[in-house]
Amino acid sequence: MAAQPSPISSASVAAVREVTGVAPPGAAPRLVTHRSTSITADSVFQGGARVAGGVIIAALIGILVLLALDSRMALSTFGLSFFTTSTWDNVKQQFGILPYIYGTLMTSAVAMVLGVPVAIGAALYVAEYCPNWLRTPISFSVELLAAIPSIIYGLWGFFILSPFMRAYVEPALQATLGKLPVIGALFSGNPIGKDLFTGGVILAIMILPTVMAVSREVILTVPPAQREGMLALGATRWETITTAVLPYARGGIAGAAILGLGRALGETMAVTLVIGNSSRAITGSLYTPGYTMASAIANQFNEADNPLYSSAITGVAFALLLIAGVVNVLARLLIWQMQGGRGAVKAVI
Amino acid sequence: MMARVVTRRSWLWGASTLLGAAALAACGADQSAPGGAGQEAPAGGTPRAQATVAGSGIVAGPFPGEAKNLTGAGATFPAALYSQWFETYYGLTQARVNYQAIGSGGGIKAISDQTVDFGATDGPMTDQQLTEAKGGPIYHVPTALGAVVATYNIPEVPASTRLRFTGDTLAGIFLGDIKRWSDPRLKADNPNVTLPDKDIVSVHRSDGSGTTYIFTDYLSAVSSKWKDSIGTSTTVNWPGGLGGRGNEGVTGEVKQNPYSIGYVEYIYAKQNKLGYAEMKNKSGAWIYPDEAAVSAAAAASSASIPPDLRASIVNADGATSYPISGFTWLLAYQTMTDQAKAVALTRLLWWSTHDGQRFNADLGYAALPAEIIKKAEEFIKGIKVNGSPAFPNK
Repeated sequence: MAAQPSPISSASVAAVREVTGVAPPGAAPRLVTHRSTSITADSVFQGGARVAGGVIIAALIGILVLLALDSRMALSTFGLSFFTTSTWDNVKQQFGILPYIYGTLMTSAVAMVLGVPVAIGAALYVAEYCPNWLRTPISFSVELLAAIPSIIYGLWGFFILSPFMRAYVEPALQATLGKLPVIGALFSGNPIGKDLFTGGVILAIMILPTVMAVSREVILTVPPAQREGMLALGATRWETITTAVLPYARGGIAGAAILGLGRALGETMAVTLVIGNSSRAITGSLYTPGYTMASAIANQFNEADNPLYSSAITGVAFALLLIAGVVNVLARLLIWQMQGGRGAVKAVI
Repeated sequence: MMARVVTRRSWLWGASTLLGAAALAACGADQSAPGGAGQEAPAGGTPRAQATVAGSGIVAGPFPGEAKNLTGAGATFPAALYSQWFETYYGLTQARVNYQAIGSGGGIKAISDQTVDFGATDGPMTDQQLTEAKGGPIYHVPTALGAVVATYNIPEVPASTRLRFTGDTLAGIFLGDIKRWSDPRLKADNPNVTLPDKDIVSVHRSDGSGTTYIFTDYLSAVSSKWKDSIGTSTTVNWPGGLGGRGNEGVTGEVKQNPYSIGYVEYIYAKQNKLGYAEMKNKSGAWIYPDEAAVSAAAAASSASIPPDLRASIVNADGATSYPISGFTWLLAYQTMTDQAKAVALTRLLWWSTHDGQRFNADLGYAALPAEIIKKAEEFIKGIKVNGSPAFPNK
């Protein structure tokens, strides 16, 4: 069934390796190299590779240092309250980024809740159910979805999605989920279409191709023998997926979700156009116009015309980098935990 | 039809204020400098008939030894005018001006860091910014006047009906004190309009902008509560509402959200045929914004304008003044070091504040009043390079 997967792009191979430590079938096997310093070409290559690796680390450190230096003024002026207060006022020179952090985390959470299940479902369909002739067209269109520039998602969100959300989706959710205790509060207020919820929905659409493509590759790495074994035991398709495929692939799928989360946290233009860009309110409702950290930077950096303001904007960038880092580390820990529990992935290849 | 009316009014205004010092040129017979093609406004043939500014025609062609490239950056608000100007100017003098509309804050930063030959801004530089500029004292040379209008979307109110706001009601709406269209304060100003009992959605600029500067400057001038709690800036801490990026973003939000109100540049609203409101000015008259009403605000304020021309003209005196008006400026160092650039820049500034003014009205910007041009001339003549004035007076 899964013996001949569609052609795999090198990027997604790398992504799968990255998150699972396993190469999907169809990719060239990794060679075990022997250290032979006597060959000059080898050592030259080794040196070059080392430099290339070093450049990446140097770039990361460089960015961190630069952001820290440029935001020093805001951080030293406000201290910890820079992260915990919610007044953002250029006139009074008061800057607190809590609403931006909140907006970033909220929209990303909505995106994950809505996007990841759909992406995994689509990946399962392509890998397990879809007839062979349909597999390539579907994979191709998903990859095309990933290639759409975010500003185009933004314009579509602005002109099509947001009015649709305001007129239909948001009132409908309010009338149904809004009546429930606890989560009902998320859907309270006046539906305006330009809010955290719409921001989350557009992010969900944007992370869909990434999560789906990587999950599909991961699911395809499940050895055919494992499926066939289940089927031979008389299991249904559904039982095969839940007992033989998903447990085996779940570390990789979680990794795919993390890649999506990374995109959601940092996405800028598309969210800026639909999120409402209002920095005041932290209310429990998703129907409030908000701001993400990335869209705050994009909106305000140009006109940040005094040193403290400019420094505060850089502070937002610094905080965004830190938060993205923390989220990624947590996610990585989660994957290790999962893989440790099963040990299945490690056994392959 | 409307364009006709505007033409007529600005024409009359020009005639009455310039004290006959300038000749009123008929359409097509306006002061034409050598240069031929590329001189005129596009698609319209000749620029609209305007009183010729005294001092026009001095910069009439290339000048030996001037730089052929100038770089500027700043305000987006006058960008349409500047691109028209600089294209025409290139046809005239073969001096190319590269203007990047990166926003007023960016323009101030760029001129302060001396990465450009001139900056441009809609909000004047603060005293602190002026002292921090690396190249010494800076002149604010006004180039045009603009206005900000309130645009709204109430399905029940037909496009032909103009709503009326006072400074108080506008501040109340953006402060969130006036929450519904049926508020008695709004009804009092609009007795003949049936206003629906719906929540008001206010829309503001999410990016920093000179438009926001002029708008908040006005609200600060008319509402002490606004002044104390929000203040004047290119970005403020909005009490609520939606943010849209750029004039087009605000317009989009207003169009998409029934019962919303936002503010955009007058020229943008006019070009896109948006409905916008009449405002009550300081002397109590209801003024529908047009170029003449904006020029009137500048003329009425000119007596009280400070010598450095860093002036706010919001809520101006005068029976015909539109209250939400403001200058836009080019920023230039008073002392320059590059002879060729100094010559080119002073010539450009002179041409812009004189010959260039005839393009203003066509593009929706009000022309500078004569009093202001006089002061601008002093600045241009005051720009020095190597200890002597840079402007060659030709």
